[in-house]
Amino acid sequence: MPNAISNLLFIVYKSLRQYALSTMIASFSVALAAGLLMTVFVIKTQTYNAFTGGAFGFDAVLGARGSQLQLVLNTVFHLETSPGNIPWTLYQAIKSDPRVTLAIPYAVGDNYHGFRIVGTSDELFTEFEYQRGKKFQVKTGGRFFDSTKREAVIGSFVAQKEGLKIGDTFHPFHGVTFAENMQHKEIYTVAGILKPTNSPSDKVVWIPIDGMFRMEGHVLRGTGDEYKVNEGEEIPDAHKEVSAVMLKLKSPQTGFQLDQTINKQGKVATLAWPIGSVMAELFNKIGWMNKVLAFIAYLVAIVASSSILASVYNTINERRREFAILRALGAQKRIVFSAIVLECAAISGLGTLMGYGIFFMIMSISSVIVRSQTGVVLDIWQFNTILVITPIVMIVLGALAGILPAIKAYSTDVATNIVPAS
Amino acid sequence: MEILKNKGLKKSYLSPDPKEKGERNSVIDISQFSMNAGEQMALKGSSGSGKTTFLNLISGILKPDSGEIFFLDQNIASLSESKRDQIRAKYMGYVFQTFNLLQGYTALENVVMGMMFGQRIDPAKAQSLLEKVNLKDRMNYLPRQLSVGQQQRVSVARALANGPKLVLADEPTGNLDQTHAAETIDLIKNICRDNNAALLLVTHDPHVLEKFARIEDLAKINHAAK
Repeated sequence: MPNAISNLLFIVYKSLRQYALSTMIASFSVALAAGLLMTVFVIKTQTYNAFTGGAFGFDAVLGARGSQLQLVLNTVFHLETSPGNIPWTLYQAIKSDPRVTLAIPYAVGDNYHGFRIVGTSDELFTEFEYQRGKKFQVKTGGRFFDSTKREAVIGSFVAQKEGLKIGDTFHPFHGVTFAENMQHKEIYTVAGILKPTNSPSDKVVWIPIDGMFRMEGHVLRGTGDEYKVNEGEEIPDAHKEVSAVMLKLKSPQTGFQLDQTINKQGKVATLAWPIGSVMAELFNKIGWMNKVLAFIAYLVAIVASSSILASVYNTINERRREFAILRALGAQKRIVFSAIVLECAAISGLGTLMGYGIFFMIMSISSVIVRSQTGVVLDIWQFNTILVITPIVMIVLGALAGILPAIKAYSTDVATNIVPAS
Repeated sequence: MEILKNKGLKKSYLSPDPKEKGERNSVIDISQFSMNAGEQMALKGSSGSGKTTFLNLISGILKPDSGEIFFLDQNIASLSESKRDQIRAKYMGYVFQTFNLLQGYTALENVVMGMMFGQRIDPAKAQSLLEKVNLKDRMNYLPRQLSVGQQQRVSVARALANGPKLVLADEPTGNLDQTHAAETIDLIKNICRDNNAALLLVTHDPHVLEKFARIEDLAKINHAAK
């Protein structure tokens, strides 16, 4: 039996070499299909995990009355616009709640060349863990900002893209999208650059929240009335307001209780909790898109298998004599049949190997795009079962595609194809 | 000892002529034919005498409509196609007029293919056979890189690769000039003798026929011959 298999493999190898061009063309179409299939599923899985089950570091977000999804997108992923502000007093109330272990205020509304500027407290650097046991760290030579100064700590991606170094200065711009004519007059100095966290925080410019209150043109409405800060003047807490408060809760039960109090009974604010479930809802809403993408990927796989069928089937006529010779040498019909099926499976296998190259290429490009757009980092090297399933499926599809040409080869009449009868 | 014995062998084909729709044309009708182990026989056959069909029946490529083909005491006419393939792979060698070498395979690989389906592959034996047919320095050449004479020598080596009991040769010199034809016939005869294989060679070339002690005329033994 081992002899029979090695003989079969030898025949397949010779055929693949003899018809190298059609082998390569068919393999390439399989490579594209396999690469696309793997990329679609890996990106889908990784983005879903990053947005729904990722290490956000916070359990809940307290913000203005409105959409929980908008609140999460705005504060955790630094996307979308803020749904509005809540009074500073609410922040103080939740911060003093014994069921809350950490409450960090966020004030948004400015940018630097499109990168969000977030005003916050220094607890973000001293207390907050973006992953279990991992706090923000600055690169050598830097430090966290002094809350009393116009200093900034910038994410690694911002530093890389903007070429900002420690000691560099910049003007913030008003609004969450960059407009050249919206430049604030204040000048901020880069005090530190965060080490990469592979999270959306890498795309943020962090400044003291007081600086956000005092930014030229900003108006505070903590009491309901407009209040403009005069330089050098202490801001009364009643006038202050924040875009959101990021919360770490003592237990999941606290989440239930706060959800009841804030969302169901209250009318002032919204609690987005749990963050993963809020994001999962978004993915459920756009689930149809994943299905369409998957459907297209399946179609491409079928087209690729059909291309194997077409390319091998088309060569069968010119190979009839070859099959007849093999038969005349004593090859049984099933050997010819198996050789063709195996040949198609091998083309598919070869294509899938090339498909890994295409997968890594698309993933590299996609990860750059996804990171620049969302801050979420796709890990090209992360294992996903689809990377094992795809080759198996493609090889099986290839083998199935080989059945029709194999039947044609199987039915080759030896006597009429080997020499003209006399 | 008889190695091959045919009785009442008949083979016909459906007529391709639309005017004779459904009619069958008889190609082979041989009441008796036999040859002994190690014997070398020439079968004289002109075009249309059914010589290729006869060899295809003996080799098991074709199945007769009726009759018996005893080869090594086994009626191969009654066997399944798969069994006939196995017998051909193990005990028969075939030399064709058109050589029928596998184009994507080197000379050595072509010879190896001759032993692939019948016995264990033995590259050393394949090399030695190519050496015997004076192709030691052409082993890794593809058929298209060989001369016509060299190609035929490869096909002779391939026919002997499985250590056959019977070698069938169908007009092996049909595509060769007279000098090469004589050399090839001597080669086939000698190599069959050295390997104790019976040889049944079909030809209509008188120069080839005169090299055989036993000559049968297919036109005489085949009642269906035109």
